[in-house]
Amino acid sequence: MRDSTFGRIIREPMGALGITLVVLIVLGALFAGFTGYNPAKLAMRERFLDPSLSHLFGTDHLGRDLFTRVLFGARIALGVASIATSISFIGGLLLGMIAGYGPRWLDSLLLLFFDSLRSFPTVMLALALVTLTGPSLGAVILVVVLAMLPGYARVVRAQTMSLKSSEFVLSARTLGARPWRILAIHIMPNLSGPLVILVSMDNPVVITIEAGMSFLGLGVRPPTPSWGSILNDGYAFIRESSWPAIAGGLPIIDPRLRRDG
Amino acid sequence: MLAYALKRTGLAVIITAISLILLISMIQFIPGDPAAVLLGPLASPEMRELFKQQMGLDQPAIIQIARFFGRVLTGDLGTDVLTNRSVLITVVEQLPYTLALIATSIGWSALLGIPLGCFAAVYRGSLADRIVGVLSVSSIALPSFVVAVYGLLLFSVRLGWFPTIGAGDTGAPLDQLYHLVLPSLAVGLGWVGYLARMVRASMLEVLSENHIRLARAFGLQERTITYQYALKIAIIPTIVILGMGVGNMISSAVFAEIVFARPGVGRLIFDAISTRNYPVVMGAVMITTGFYVLCTLAADLIAAGLDPRVRSAL
Repeated sequence: MRDSTFGRIIREPMGALGITLVVLIVLGALFAGFTGYNPAKLAMRERFLDPSLSHLFGTDHLGRDLFTRVLFGARIALGVASIATSISFIGGLLLGMIAGYGPRWLDSLLLLFFDSLRSFPTVMLALALVTLTGPSLGAVILVVVLAMLPGYARVVRAQTMSLKSSEFVLSARTLGARPWRILAIHIMPNLSGPLVILVSMDNPVVITIEAGMSFLGLGVRPPTPSWGSILNDGYAFIRESSWPAIAGGLPIIDPRLRRDG
Repeated sequence: MLAYALKRTGLAVIITAISLILLISMIQFIPGDPAAVLLGPLASPEMRELFKQQMGLDQPAIIQIARFFGRVLTGDLGTDVLTNRSVLITVVEQLPYTLALIATSIGWSALLGIPLGCFAAVYRGSLADRIVGVLSVSSIALPSFVVAVYGLLLFSVRLGWFPTIGAGDTGAPLDQLYHLVLPSLAVGLGWVGYLARMVRASMLEVLSENHIRLARAFGLQERTITYQYALKIAIIPTIVILGMGVGNMISSAVFAEIVFARPGVGRLIFDAISTRNYPVVMGAVMITTGFYVLCTLAADLIAAGLDPRVRSAL
């Protein structure tokens, strides 16, 4: 079963490309320390070098090796993505089940809450939040959670409602099972599968939010490399050299291609 | 229809109200002292106290929220800390630039994406269909801020075809349009692919329905069937998506305005953050959120007007 799924993905050209990119990014993040350069060390004499064998993507305005910075950026991107999606996953699952299984008034209240959260354009929410907290990785994670959670909760709620009237739930109820037991043992296992797929498909979106916020200076603080901040550095010095902007933008394009894979 | 419109509008009003409450209660829930963050590390304790009093932050949350709604209903979104002007006026001054950018982006992406989707659906499975498919996935794969920076790099800095900054001279529509080309490319590009895929999918669904087969049996021209019969129905989900997409476009517009140094609401908020001009940030976020809710409302109402089936959904 597993083999056939994997085989199907590999046979699709977009799927194969997507898998390759994912593997490359993960490997890059793991082996980021082995390029021989420090991502934050300044080397002013080596500013704006074009790509060469010793600097695969060239160097930026402070002489830092862009390839190394991009690899270290993958750590930030994957780290934020995994933490933020886990929180949204758990939160969406819990709130969605409560909305779907709980009393009607709670359901309406939660639905209004989800819809209101979704009525903020993501970047606006990020800007408003960071004004209050100051830029940080935590702020990025919070924005991602606030942006993604309502969608997941809505899906879980709809699923819970349809499972609620199914016969195995009814029989558990007749046997006297308490609501939390029905939710945890009978309903949750049926929800997790589809939700995992949904959440993992959204990973590229999460990475884009992180990159976008770092691009605006609302995410990680310098000198920590993030794809967004590399792109922003490249943008600031776009007249001096094209390579920093190109290096910062490329990996942000990549993860999005995975969505179809 | 009237009942649906009233219900849907009522819902929009409630959602706007709740999102405003969420926005102001953020100040309460976020750990740390907002006055300290907003005034910066150099502010003295007295300054912080004064600031809290001015912003009403020393009052209980319920009173803050009630006061806030009272002010919002009278159109008072607070005063700009730096210039002492009304926030509402400051934001409304910048709004046309952002609206022009969003309208142009929706315009060109719809003009290109919808016909592409129709074309791909009619010639389903052909080489052209596959090319459109790959192109649309690739265009969706490009986040707007990457398109903005790459577009700036290629077309402005390297080739010098388009201006790099500003929105053009006021009173010179052609010049303004010229300045809109690259920003609207960045905001709209992903939408071309997205719309093409949406329209293709719903067109395929509609084209396989009975009434289309009947039209074919009557010997109507294929072109008439595609554009007058099928597209009319297939376009409805696209309208709803476009309404929701405005929120996405507002986000993209922020990036485009910053990259191309255009005036606009996004730029206003961004600048206000660096000067810690908190009332302007909140006012502008409120107005754009309201605008977004209005757009989804309009899209839903249009869709309901076109398709009676939608009305029973609420």
